[in-house]
This record gives sequence, structure tokens and C-alpha cells, in this order.
Amino acid sequence: MAEHYRRSQARNGLFVLPYLIVFVALLVFPLGWGIWLSLHKVDLFGPGRFIGMTNYWRVFADPIFLQALRNTIIFVAVSVPVLVGLGLFLALALNRTTRTTSFMRGLFFSSSVLSVTIVTLIWRFVFIPGDGLLAQVSRYFGWETINFLSTSGWSLFSVGVTTVWWCLGLPMMLFLAALQQIPNDLYEAAALDNANPWRVLTRITLPSIARTIMLVTIIQIVMQFQLFGQAQLMTNGGPNGTSRPLVMYIYEVGFLRWDIGKGAAASQILFLIILCAAMAQYLVSTRKSGDAA
Amino acid sequence: MSSNSETYKPEALKANRWLLWMAGILSIIMMAPVAWLLGLSIKANQELMLGTDAVFRFPYTLVNYFNILHSSQVFGWFFNSVVVAGGQTIGVLILSSLAGYGFARLEFPFRKTLFVIVLFGLTLPEQAVIIARHQMFTWFGLHNSYIGLMLPGMSSALGVFLMAQFFRAIPKEIDEAALLDNASQLRIFWKIMLPLTLPAQATLGIFTFLQAWNDYWWPLISATKKDMFTLTIGIASSQSNFAQTDGLGFLAAQAVFASLPVLIVYLLFQRHIVTAVSGGAVK
Repeated sequence: MAEHYRRSQARNGLFVLPYLIVFVALLVFPLGWGIWLSLHKVDLFGPGRFIGMTNYWRVFADPIFLQALRNTIIFVAVSVPVLVGLGLFLALALNRTTRTTSFMRGLFFSSSVLSVTIVTLIWRFVFIPGDGLLAQVSRYFGWETINFLSTSGWSLFSVGVTTVWWCLGLPMMLFLAALQQIPNDLYEAAALDNANPWRVLTRITLPSIARTIMLVTIIQIVMQFQLFGQAQLMTNGGPNGTSRPLVMYIYEVGFLRWDIGKGAAASQILFLIILCAAMAQYLVSTRKSGDAA
Repeated sequence: MSSNSETYKPEALKANRWLLWMAGILSIIMMAPVAWLLGLSIKANQELMLGTDAVFRFPYTLVNYFNILHSSQVFGWFFNSVVVAGGQTIGVLILSSLAGYGFARLEFPFRKTLFVIVLFGLTLPEQAVIIARHQMFTWFGLHNSYIGLMLPGMSSALGVFLMAQFFRAIPKEIDEAALLDNASQLRIFWKIMLPLTLPAQATLGIFTFLQAWNDYWWPLISATKKDMFTLTIGIASSQSNFAQTDGLGFLAAQAVFASLPVLIVYLLFQRHIVTAVSGGAVK
């Protein structure tokens, strides 16, 4: 009966209209405009001639871009497994409710609410050459001190350590939520069989959360591909660009050198990479959980 | 929660204790940088100039914190952050509640198509639109303004998605009864539906506030005047001259001061924040 009132009517659309206006103005239009810009020769006064894919070829021919792409892939390839592994470990260790475990959960998640500026500031204090916390610790043990942020090889590593410290909370919480979904009777059956903890872990726990492990991995890949603030604030991409990530390249080309066409092209390339990962996330999350193992 | 881990003693218990010890060690590593920061912030700058190992010795002082009180800049940035994050949160709550309700409980032409398009917005990273957006805001002269800092965050599709989920969970009978009483849609939304979603509003609100407070890239390129900096950008700018800074201790105290608001919000609303952040990530 009420269906009569709920019937399709344009007036109901007024509820979604305000958001749709913002959505089109601030997401849809800029996306289209960005693609348009990437196909044109652009200077500060606006788009000029249509030049097809030239901006994209310019990006791919730029050794700085290739270096940034390589840095980003290395960064993602190292930081994501560490984040997933540590997050899983913490979730397994803290999957109980005692005062200690809930304190530790709160602690490991707390860094996630800080802004990138605070996080990098904290870690820059740790990495101060000769005077930071790490230098003090090294001195105490009689080790050699390293200029972490200005030594190639170490700079990207330091950015990675900072990132793991900052982002560890989310994977842990997602894994904890998944662990609590595992039905208790599985564990009871294992207890009856006197299965040892290792068997319980590999035969029950891990298979039950396989889908979550996939999801968390993809989420982290998407997030870590967008690395920017940590690198920009801690090393400014240095030394010699060895810690410059893709997003920082876009920032430099688009907003420091104002080569807007090239910057727009680079940002569309990044978008494509992230879109692939997002597709993978969609596929994993809509797949039935039964066949996950 | 899982008391299950305790059901298979004693070998399992031993394994658990071992895991917990490892986690304990990790949590010390987790806290060490923060302890170091706090230590630096309560040392006089002159002493730190001679060597930071002074942190491990008396005397300690609060002078750096008092110096923040005299630095009007930091307070100005703090105020900007409150305005921007607060405004953006209110905007997101209004837009998302209206749209979430519309998509979840009403019928109108192209409803499904539009919702799918909005959901595509979830996968769109800021990097893909930021250059064009920056140009647009230049055309309209919106840079270095509160409205210009607030607006981009309001386009986030996440709020619409979350609110639509919450509205969908409310039983149909509730508004059907109201419809029989000839109440208008707007009235039903305002009087009946909205109060039911208060917990969801809190979750979304806290999440949006934190995101806006911590936002880095947009304010970095949009707010170029020093008095329009948000706290996040302001702290970044005093960081950029790290070497010739007014003093490590003062910088450390600024970092502590800037992180206090979010940490307090976190302590008060930990559950909401964890829910929102996890929900936002999984989508």
C-alpha cells in the first residue's frame, strides 16, 4: 500500500541532488578535465593545442619518472608484506580480551590517527644524524652511526620504517575483526583432537581468514602506491631521487615546475595502476568466502 | 570474543604467552620514538645544541610549551584546522545523510545507475583529479580560503556509501507507518530516520574530522599564505628548516601540541574510529 507513495518520482531525487552536484563538480569534472589536460599542451594560461599522447610519451621518456616508478614499486613490494605480516602477527597475539591486550591494540592503532607531518617529525628526531635516538642507541652499543635520511639505499628504507610505524594499526584491526568471525566450534574440535598450536594456525586460522589476507594486501598496495608526504618531508626524494615516489613526481611536475600537461598525464598513469588494484579488491570482496581457502 | 584460545591448554597457552611477549617487545619499539619526542620537548634548546644525550639527564623544563603560548602562529594554524575540519565534517554529514537516505529508501529515475556511478567515485584517488581541481579553484579564486580548503573533502563518496548502508538496515515498517499518516518524505527523514542514525553520524563525523585534520596534499597546494595554513601544513613548514630551526626542543613541543587534539579524540572515541577506519578501508 505504501508502495504507492514510494513510487518512483523525480521529487525524491532532490535528496541526492546536493551531493550529486558536489560529486560532479569536484570529482567527475576534474577527472575529465585532467584527462583533457593530459592530451594538450598546457601552460599557466590554460590548455593550448591538442597534442594527443605526446605528454604520456614525455612522461615515459623521463628518467626521473622511471626512477620514481621503480622506487615506488620497490617500496610497495617491501612495505606491504611487512605491514601484512606484522599486522597478522599482532592480531594473532592480541586476539583475546585482557587489559594488556586491549591496551596494546589501542597503542598499535594510535599512530594511525596522527597526521603525516607529526609522524615524519617524530621519525626525523629518531634519525637525526649523530644526535637522533638511533644514533644514541648505536653509540651505546658501539655501532657505527648512519646518516639514514641522506644515504642512498637507507633513505627509502627509513621512509619505509616510518610508514610501517604509521600504518600498522589498520591491518591489525582488520585481521582482528576477521579472527573473531571464525566459529568457535572449529577450535573446540581441534582441542578434542589435541592438535598442536601450529596445526591449529595453519589448518584452521589462516585458511579461515585467507580472503581477509588478500583484501588487506590489496588495500595496502593501493595505499602505499600513494606514498607522498613521508618521502617529501623526510628526504625530499633524495639523495639523487633514490627515495622519490610517483606521487611526489606528479607534485613536482604539476605544482613546482607547472608542466601541467605532463603532470596530468603522470597522474592518469598512477590512476590506472590504482584502478587495477581496486578492481582486484572488488573481485576478491565479491567472491564467495567459501572457496577462499 | 574468542575465549577459544584458552580452551586448548597447555601447549597452546605456552605459544600464546610467547606471542604476547613478542608483541610486548614490538610495543616498546612502537613507543620509543614517542618517548624520545616527549623527552626532547622537555629539554632546554641550549642544552640540546650540545648533544641530545642531555635528554637522559636532569634538569627538565616546560619552557618549550610556554613558548608555544607566545607563538601566535601555531594558534592561528590550530584555529584554521578547527574551522576547516569542522566545516568539512558538517558538510559531509549533511550531504551524505540526504544522499544516503535517497539512495537507500526512495525511488526516483536512474536511482541504481546513479548509485553505481557514485560508488565508482570510491576508487578514484585524489591524485587523478588534483591538478584539474587546482586549476578550477584558481578560476574561482578559492585558494587561500576556508571554503576552498573544505570543499574537496565533501565530494568523498565514502560517506554516502556508509549512510546508505545504515539507512538500508532500518526496517521498512517504520517509514511505511509514517507514510500512511500522510507525512512528507522530508518530515519522515528529519523526524524519524535521522535520529535513528545518530551512531552512524558519530562514526562518519569523527572519521571525516580526522581525515580533514590530517589532510596534507590539498592544503599544501591550496593554502600558500602562511596565515591560511592548517596545523598540519604549518608544522610541515617549520619542519622544512629543520637544520636551522629555533631549536629541537621547541619543534618537539610543537609536535606534541599538534598531536594532542587527535590523540584526545582517539582516546574518547576509539571504538568509533576503529569502526570507521576499518569500514572505510574495506568499503
